Amino acid sequence: MSQLMSGSKILLECLAREGVDTIFGYPGGVTIPFYDAMLDSPIQHVLVRHEQNAAFAAQGYVRSTGKVGVCCATSGPGATNLVTGLVDAMMDSIPIVAITGQVPTKLIGSDAFQEADTFGITRSATKHNYLVKNINELPAVIHEAFYIANSGRPGPVLVDITKDVFQGNAHYVPVTSIHLPGYKVYTEGHTGQIRRAAQMMLEAERPMVYAGGGVVLSNSSDELRELVELVDAPCVTTVMGLGALAADHPNFISMPGMHGSYAANMAMYGTDLIIALGVRFDDRVTGRLNSFAPHARVIHVDIDPAEIGKNRNADLPIVGDLKRVMPKLSAVLAELKPGIGERTGLKAWWKQVRAWMDEHPLRKPVTSPDEIKPQHLMAEIDRLTNGEAIVTSDVGQHQMWSAQLIRFNKPRLWINSGGLGSMGFGLPAALGAQYANPDKLVIAICGDGGFQMSLPELATLQNYGLNVKVIIMNNGYLGMVRQWQELFYANRLSQVTLDSFPDVEKLAGAYGFKGRTIEHPRDLRDALKEAFDTPGPYLLNVRVTPTENVFPMVPAGGAINEMVLAPPQPAMAR
Amino acid sequence: MQQIISLLLENKTGALMRVTGLLTARGYNIDSLTVARTLDPELSRMTIAVDVEPHQRRQLIKHMNKLINVLQATDLTDAPSVTREMLLMRVRSAQETRTAILKEAEIFGVRVVDSTLEGFALEATGDIEKLDEFIDIMRSYGEIEVTRGGAVAVSLESKKLRLSPPVPRGAEETRLEEKNGVI
Repeated sequence: MSQLMSGSKILLECLAREGVDTIFGYPGGVTIPFYDAMLDSPIQHVLVRHEQNAAFAAQGYVRSTGKVGVCCATSGPGATNLVTGLVDAMMDSIPIVAITGQVPTKLIGSDAFQEADTFGITRSATKHNYLVKNINELPAVIHEAFYIANSGRPGPVLVDITKDVFQGNAHYVPVTSIHLPGYKVYTEGHTGQIRRAAQMMLEAERPMVYAGGGVVLSNSSDELRELVELVDAPCVTTVMGLGALAADHPNFISMPGMHGSYAANMAMYGTDLIIALGVRFDDRVTGRLNSFAPHARVIHVDIDPAEIGKNRNADLPIVGDLKRVMPKLSAVLAELKPGIGERTGLKAWWKQVRAWMDEHPLRKPVTSPDEIKPQHLMAEIDRLTNGEAIVTSDVGQHQMWSAQLIRFNKPRLWINSGGLGSMGFGLPAALGAQYANPDKLVIAICGDGGFQMSLPELATLQNYGLNVKVIIMNNGYLGMVRQWQELFYANRLSQVTLDSFPDVEKLAGAYGFKGRTIEHPRDLRDALKEAFDTPGPYLLNVRVTPTENVFPMVPAGGAINEMVLAPPQPAMAR
Repeated sequence: MQQIISLLLENKTGALMRVTGLLTARGYNIDSLTVARTLDPELSRMTIAVDVEPHQRRQLIKHMNKLINVLQATDLTDAPSVTREMLLMRVRSAQETRTAILKEAEIFGVRVVDSTLEGFALEATGDIEKLDEFIDIMRSYGEIEVTRGGAVAVSLESKKLRLSPPVPRGAEETRLEEKNGVI
């Protein structure tokens, strides 16, 4: 029952079989045949304004829904523009499939117009990549790409397709199974190790759950909550894991690390057992590695065996899918718990952790009568969204304040570029998230720097009527770099001043929607309400205190128990 | 110290680049690399000799095993294994040293593959240190030109090869299922 079909149609059929409903992309010379076939396909295409943003928008789609995202670009510059978005997805383990066009097979290697070695360039930017020169290979490759992207530790997969494959015809025989003999995925976890881990959790006097992006990726928030409650340990989540345990959960302590809370870092320093779930002991979490959690044994659960022991040795490793392993751990915990009895050590531990939380609360109000403090802006967004909105961010000070001060009570609400730290991520990610969640409030919190990196996507928002609220935390600086220059380079400011920021009322107006600038605290609440209540896109430029710094802060290379809690005295700034 | 890594991988475009990419990304220079088809023409066997810091070695093997095209990557450095290398050498020799060169060749079990008035072409196999030694000795006889083949290694214990079975994919049913699933 095969039928003669063009490569473009075969590709669309395979995408449909993988459940794809949306492609974020940008056409070009060699992908014209694909875009032509798309006109007859039910799959939607969102035309972004730059290929990098196609990859970021696809990520916003994935991170907010859990489905595999698809982005598409043409050969040469189209493909090279995707690269940052691919590396970003690689670092945060986000499953996207990128389709790129390649010059015709017989022109490969001839420096043809818009030719680039996409297969070579994206080799280290992807979990796996393909170059398809033979139309008969196309169906299996597409299904393999989706399987690889979304199984094991997820990640981006790129499929580079030559123009002659798009244009050629072949008898399409649907693929029903794929075979990747060398691709191993370990999901179940070792039964004996799981038992030993549960035992350790109940015997620990000062246990800590350290949960990360893996919990979000594996959709196992419920399983995490059950485990945390059974162990009754304090739980921190990384910047990638915010929302994995509800911010309002009594065991939630906030985020650890460079800009984590005092309590989270002190607890990580004082714990005798780290229960690490879907985390990678990133340098932004651990600070100086050899003084990180010096008294702790470590249980490390991760689906990627290469993460175990990478930065911190695991006393008890479990390789498996959190979705499968955590319920097994909970079952053993429930079975063993009655035999353990009163855990007095744990009680004292909680008392200590609560004392740390009270000593330096993360969420204490920071306001000023005549300036909008960035913390005030985030606190107000938090108050209005109540842990329920999708919030994307760029990278820098506003990202850290958002992560510290906005609560997330569900996973897949907080979307940011955690590993790669790509500026310009927030706006296109919000675009993708809003497209996938038309009924949700989606807020893009950008710095004035990152916003200008993705500014052309304002046209896309207007084009598709996307209900994204872009909030610019505008301090007129590349704030995080300025903060480092102030603190560690004697306040010698070099190339961090961002003058000539456009008038947002005119800017948004030029695209056809509303923009507004505020600079007085008395306008903050109303302006946010207006932005949230106005249908369609909205651009709100919030002028904040230019030189505010993010605290607490663990200086790079410092130990996490040696946080700087407040602005240093003027002496430090020379 | 050199690490000897043996890999079984799919004989596919780019597979070599993926393996070497892991080394170059970490700034390691490969001392030698050999690769050829196995009995199964769809697979290749690769042996890499590379100087990797001891604390990085396990991590590196794990990353190699993660590559989709790699069926098995094994560290043979401290495992029961045999490592051999082949070299071809051209040695120019004066009339009076010819006999001595042949004697040395005999001691090292080296074969003469060509003989001319100017000298010999020799073929040697052995472990890496033995070949180093042979090169040192032959240098004393005059001008030499050497092409080394790179280390090839074989494990002496049979390690079970764990392969993943085929996965159902792309069927109309899964398509419907996924559509009704998330969102």
